[in-house]
Amino acid sequence: MDYETFDHEADIGIRGYGETLEEAFENAARAMFSVMVDLSKVKPVKKFHIEAEAPDVEALLVEWLNQLLAIADLEGYLFSDFRVKISEDGTHLEGYAMGEPIDREKHEISVEVKGATYSMLEVDKEDGRYRAQCVVDV
Amino acid sequence: MELRSLERKSEYEWEIPRTGDMNVPGKIFASRRLIEEMDDKVKEQITNVACLPGIQKAALAMPDAHWGYGFPIGGVGAFDPEEGGVICMGGIGFDISCGVRTLRTGLSLEDVKPKIEQLAEALFRKVPAGLGSKGKLHLSMSEIDDVLRGGAVWAVEQGYGYEEDLEYIEEQGRMEGAKPENVSHMAKKRQLHEVGTLGSGNHYLEVQYVSEVYDAEAARVYGLEKNSVVISVHCGSRALGHQIGMDYIKELYKAAKKYGIPIKDRELACAPINSPEGEKYFSAVAAGINCALANRQVISHLVRQVFEEVMPEAKVEMLYDISHNTCKVEEHLIDGERRTLYVHRKGSTRALGPGRKEIPRAYRDVGQPVLIGGTMGTFSFILRGTAEGLEKAFGSACHGAGRAKSRRQAKRVFRGERIIQELRQRGIIIKAHSYAGVAEEAPGAYKNVEEVVDAVHNAGLAKKVVKLRPLACIKG
Repeated sequence: MDYETFDHEADIGIRGYGETLEEAFENAARAMFSVMVDLSKVKPVKKFHIEAEAPDVEALLVEWLNQLLAIADLEGYLFSDFRVKISEDGTHLEGYAMGEPIDREKHEISVEVKGATYSMLEVDKEDGRYRAQCVVDV
Repeated sequence: MELRSLERKSEYEWEIPRTGDMNVPGKIFASRRLIEEMDDKVKEQITNVACLPGIQKAALAMPDAHWGYGFPIGGVGAFDPEEGGVICMGGIGFDISCGVRTLRTGLSLEDVKPKIEQLAEALFRKVPAGLGSKGKLHLSMSEIDDVLRGGAVWAVEQGYGYEEDLEYIEEQGRMEGAKPENVSHMAKKRQLHEVGTLGSGNHYLEVQYVSEVYDAEAARVYGLEKNSVVISVHCGSRALGHQIGMDYIKELYKAAKKYGIPIKDRELACAPINSPEGEKYFSAVAAGINCALANRQVISHLVRQVFEEVMPEAKVEMLYDISHNTCKVEEHLIDGERRTLYVHRKGSTRALGPGRKEIPRAYRDVGQPVLIGGTMGTFSFILRGTAEGLEKAFGSACHGAGRAKSRRQAKRVFRGERIIQELRQRGIIIKAHSYAGVAEEAPGAYKNVEEVVDAVHNAGLAKKVVKLRPLACIKG
């Protein structure tokens, strides 16, 4: 599994792994949406462009995840597929998310993730693999 | 938490002695048992809060405290602007002005029991809840500015409720100093269709009855007696509050650096109250508070419509509306001197003692109603503020039970359908949009609310008035 969730007292942690930093960010996004819905039930039918900026790569992860949540909320969508390009210095990203409109019958949503936070926020490389994680507020 | 590291001040007061960079000591109000079960992170976070500039007396944690964002959930900090005091994002949280509103119905348990199925179903259909739900109101950008300026006053002007509701809401339903221009376009846009929606997670709408009276006089003043039926709504400022938090955490982080405030945790991002950045954030928080007040006012209107339909004999009146994620400007005595402080309560309910001008006239002699939400299968409580609580904790109490099991653990252990069946056998109807959501919010996932409330009562922070038992619960 390239993504997973982990325990936190009141909320829930999300973690993505990847061969590249980009993959780790994409998988962190998968982990976050997996808290809300079974991703296999979300078809990538429409694409939304995302751009984010932050002072460092860790803050960029939070920014990326929060942009995704904001757009999902605004458009009434769930996302299951993601692509990003991250700048060399880790302060800028551009990419897209794909998904479909929320269908409460089909998607059996468990809980709404309200935001990604700086809690347990880590972006690093371990044994040649990138890892991106934080706690999300539900 | 290790008891060794704490100084026991009384049976329910434990001090974290002032060391290192701390400006004041830390203090935890709890029974020995609650302290032993409490996460060590609470101590770490309270210690960090005690290091913030301008903090008065002590950084406080309530009996339901657990690991939060910057502040613990159940954390209180009061700051004096004249002493370089700060306004801090972590002390308010993301769901700005999340709170509880309780409405009296004028009905008794006996009246409601035969209609409870119908009532629960009608409330479930009427009050939008859960992910992807949209409200009945669809506002324009300029209308959302009116919401942010006007709060519940705006809602009443639009016909959602009555003028007399406002007296029973903090700040008379409208927080002064709100500046919609300091709230981002994104934050407002996310709220256009969400005014009057419950949300998900731990938010709920419950039909409850008074199952026990502890203080008959205060209960009478609050308009309650044994078996009185009430409605309680727990929700906040929805996506707007969240977006304000996310927007300002970045700005305040920069501001803290600019003013040379050492930050031990990114979520303690803050700025001096008397600085352009601090003033700007306060005006955005005030707008967030108004959003939450308007939200609960519109939901109350929907509740009234349901009662008109199902039980027209009901007289749905405001008991009180209180927020537990806020920063409020209040006067408190510090060493015998009256000072204006910015009191941050993150997951802590205001609990002002008798005589305070903020309390509605009708309740002023007994103290402010303190509305404590429990879990869907157990109890909620109404307490009253005390003079002792003002002195010890700037007039603050707990806000709920506090989680005991994480959401993942809860989902592993509990099944939503099972929980709903079990509760039904005990006479509690659950209407929810998501079974998994019910499992995560299972009564067993929370601490024992009675133990938490007893600690508040015994510590003298607030006194028990009545216990409320749920009859029906609507969840996102």
